[in-house]
Amino acid sequence: MFSRRAFRLLSPLLLALPACASSSTSAPPSSPAKAEAPFPDVPFPWEARPSTAAGIETPAAASPPVLIRNATLWLATGKTIPRGSILLQNGKIAQVAEGDLTPPEGARILDAAGKFVTPGIIDTHSHIGVYPMPDAVAHLDGNEASSPVTPDVQTVDGFWPQDPAIERAVAGGVTTLQILPGSANLIGGRAVTLKLRPALSPRQMHFPGAPDGLKMACGENPKRTYGKGRHAAPGTRMGNLAMQRKAFLDAKKYEDDWRQHRTIEANRLRDDQKKRAAYEADVASRKQQQAQCNDDPSLSACAEWQKGWDKPLDPPRPSDPDAAPARDLAKETLVGAMRGRVLVHIHCYRADDMLAMLALADEVGFQVRSFHHALEAYKIRDILAKKNVSVSTWADWWGFKMEAYDGIPENIALLQESGALPIVHTDSAEGVQRMNQEASKALASGRRAGMPLTDEEAIRWLTHNPAWALGIEKRVGTLEVGKDADVVLWDRHPFSVYASAEEVWIDGATVYQKGNKRPPWSDFELGQDTGRPTTLLPGGAP
Amino acid sequence: MTNPRSLQKTFVSSLFVLIAHFAATEALAQPARPAPAPAPAAAKAATPAAAAPLAIVGGRVHTGTGEVLEDTTILVEKGLVQKIGKGLAVPAGVTTIDAKGAIVTPGFVDALTSIGLVEISLEDSTHDDDRGGKDPIRAAFRAADGYNPASTVVGITRAEGVTSAAVVPLGGLFSGQSAWADLDGDTRESALAAGPLALHVHLDGSLDGDRGGPAAALHLAREVFDDARTFQKNRAAWERNQSRPFAASRLDLEAVGDALAGRVPVVFHVDRASDILAAVALAKEFGLRPVIAGGAEAWKIAPRLAESKVPVIVNPLEPGPTTFDTLGMRNDNAALLHAAGVPVVITTNDTHNARKLRQVAGNAVRAGLPHAAAIAAITSAPAAALGVGAKYGTLAPGKVANLVVWSGDPLEIASRPLAVVIRGKKVDLGNRQSALFTRYRKLPIAR
Repeated sequence: MFSRRAFRLLSPLLLALPACASSSTSAPPSSPAKAEAPFPDVPFPWEARPSTAAGIETPAAASPPVLIRNATLWLATGKTIPRGSILLQNGKIAQVAEGDLTPPEGARILDAAGKFVTPGIIDTHSHIGVYPMPDAVAHLDGNEASSPVTPDVQTVDGFWPQDPAIERAVAGGVTTLQILPGSANLIGGRAVTLKLRPALSPRQMHFPGAPDGLKMACGENPKRTYGKGRHAAPGTRMGNLAMQRKAFLDAKKYEDDWRQHRTIEANRLRDDQKKRAAYEADVASRKQQQAQCNDDPSLSACAEWQKGWDKPLDPPRPSDPDAAPARDLAKETLVGAMRGRVLVHIHCYRADDMLAMLALADEVGFQVRSFHHALEAYKIRDILAKKNVSVSTWADWWGFKMEAYDGIPENIALLQESGALPIVHTDSAEGVQRMNQEASKALASGRRAGMPLTDEEAIRWLTHNPAWALGIEKRVGTLEVGKDADVVLWDRHPFSVYASAEEVWIDGATVYQKGNKRPPWSDFELGQDTGRPTTLLPGGAP
Repeated sequence: MTNPRSLQKTFVSSLFVLIAHFAATEALAQPARPAPAPAPAAAKAATPAAAAPLAIVGGRVHTGTGEVLEDTTILVEKGLVQKIGKGLAVPAGVTTIDAKGAIVTPGFVDALTSIGLVEISLEDSTHDDDRGGKDPIRAAFRAADGYNPASTVVGITRAEGVTSAAVVPLGGLFSGQSAWADLDGDTRESALAAGPLALHVHLDGSLDGDRGGPAAALHLAREVFDDARTFQKNRAAWERNQSRPFAASRLDLEAVGDALAGRVPVVFHVDRASDILAAVALAKEFGLRPVIAGGAEAWKIAPRLAESKVPVIVNPLEPGPTTFDTLGMRNDNAALLHAAGVPVVITTNDTHNARKLRQVAGNAVRAGLPHAAAIAAITSAPAAALGVGAKYGTLAPGKVANLVVWSGDPLEIASRPLAVVIRGKKVDLGNRQSALFTRYRKLPIAR
């Protein structure tokens, strides 16, 4: 999803810019030819970084190469290698092959006969860390429910890296989560995408290069939180839309103000430069006249020129700079969304609510990257496919509220059949521990209903499709050479209810090993008699 | 013990709902839409008292006790299993279900649900699972009185092979009495087993916030059990107004009396190991038949539970230390309890997704529970724990004919029910969700 420009903006030079962007007017235009596009190399405030979380990511410790042999490889590209090998080296997938591979020196070799390898699972919808275990009033950091429009808040500032749920998700083969704000707010704030390794800060876990998400919500939750809960706006779906529309229109005005400011500044500096050039031309011309007259005092023009030499040539005074608009982090997030730098994720259940959001998106100018929950997506799957909107949903949740009444277990299958981009998400610290089963249920429901779905399609609901929704599909989501070595080894067919992740790697480093009794990741669990994700007894599967 | 403030609050909120309702009605001043076609579940004919005879022929039969019978036929009549065996002759004219190559199990039972009591979780107007009010003593509140056999949840749940559910009241300390529902039938009479199923006591902190945790709950529970015992011993004194004041009303004391007399088990909803032991001690003190529900930390005290043969109802999908009372929650709780000899019952503790019961049981197997024990944990074990084992939970002559024919291992996700029989009748597997699917199978839809 990254534009070339976004990647360019990652350069260290530009990373330093956002703090001084408002004072950048002192910089001269780089060349007159570029004066048409004001400050082409200076990012707007909302362009500075793909994620506000970027900066102190901690790379995985170097680990020896790992060669997994004799496994069934689900590449998630649409292809399966029934008996193949995969080499993880230097944090990347170094080789993928049918048959065997020669292990590099020092490699750990795993014979995985009868076992399966998939890309690490990615959950687009998690509140781990912002609604952590155990329930504690002190840890409710997922909804900034003090105002219904809070695009300036970000989950990276609320995430508790000691949440015991993190390690348990990894034990289920999950390597990446998008941590979203809750759905109390119409516009809940920025989401952050993390790689699941033990860390002291979510910033250390940030998926390098991943853009931020923007969480929005439609339907019941905002109006229940504010209207029913507090007799405040929004109290209806009408209020929802009005406030969302207003927020984006205000943000557009903010962007316009910035662009206008840049234009005024560019024009001013160009005018100053013209005046300066004219002055310098005058100075040069006078010097030339004087030189000529020195050489040849009889030159006829000298008398005339000399009259002018008495007038002092004053350098032009630089004009006063235009005041930059005050930074507004909330509006910058929304402008970022409208410019495609922040990916829009909308909590929305009903078909009509989703269509209302798509109309709003067209009106104010943003692209919906993924509808979340979207239990009625099947009713508008043709439109979602055409508009390239992915759908993050559950296999079978329904009925917990009015807007969830029409959920059906064939939702994902129908989306797949119609060419839309379905994603299995969880929104649940329980579901995230067995996402393979959730995909399996959606697959089984589709097949039961007569749809000829393949395992190859279904594994993409957990890997490639969510990677696309988070803008990281060039880095993860498939088993392809050059991608990050975020990989899961399963003890049997991953869509069996009896399947467990046997080992999980992130950037080629082991983050989970079944049966390994290492101390817990979470400091909270140290010295407590908690139930860690282990299996003490031999599996009882038939 | 009713708090007048809470009454007022209830009244105000009802008024609010009423106003909202009128406002909505006004906003809808337009021609009424034609009534939708009845969903299959709602359209079915009244269940005859005795369904026609049925033969399920040649399946691999898990009886629910752990026993597996190959190539076995089950003869069903008058709603009951009549005969079960290899090569049984099927009388002429009897409808048959071919189960060759398939697996037959007793109908699955979810021991903790609100099926038929709640249609939509966040819509209060669809709730009949909670007596409400501030008084935590609601022992006489009966789930049976709220059970709606026409709930869409019924048809959706049985399509996944769950044929019976314990429907359980919530709220307060003594939440009330559960009911055993077979997921078919048009009336309460035709769907519910007779009589209250169990008394439910919530020690797990679902008391109102200002009433404290398990310690306060145990204190009040002891008082109520003691009052009920006193009341039962000398009802005449109470009728003459010569009793000391009791913590509970007459009907509540009567309901608790059923538990004291051993007519119904008492399900203690409790998680922390120390609190489970306290509940078991309380049960011993008053001569109750205890069942532990939740039991997140039950594995820690498995030998003691096994010794006193206390069944434990667990949800193997519990995700971890979600509260300070469940810090010891672990995914192999069921396996550890079973290994220690504790009768294990598996539940979804869910309503709309009680249909996930077999997936939940499959996960217990994944964590080490033997497969046969997992099948028992959703068939014979819940029936036995809740005191209806004589009629339900196994396939044997004389048992209610609730059974499912499966395409494969019933705990495996890819398997599916080929036929579901409830009270001897093969039921329709269509439901509101399949009706939605059918309507939207092709776009644009025709209607």
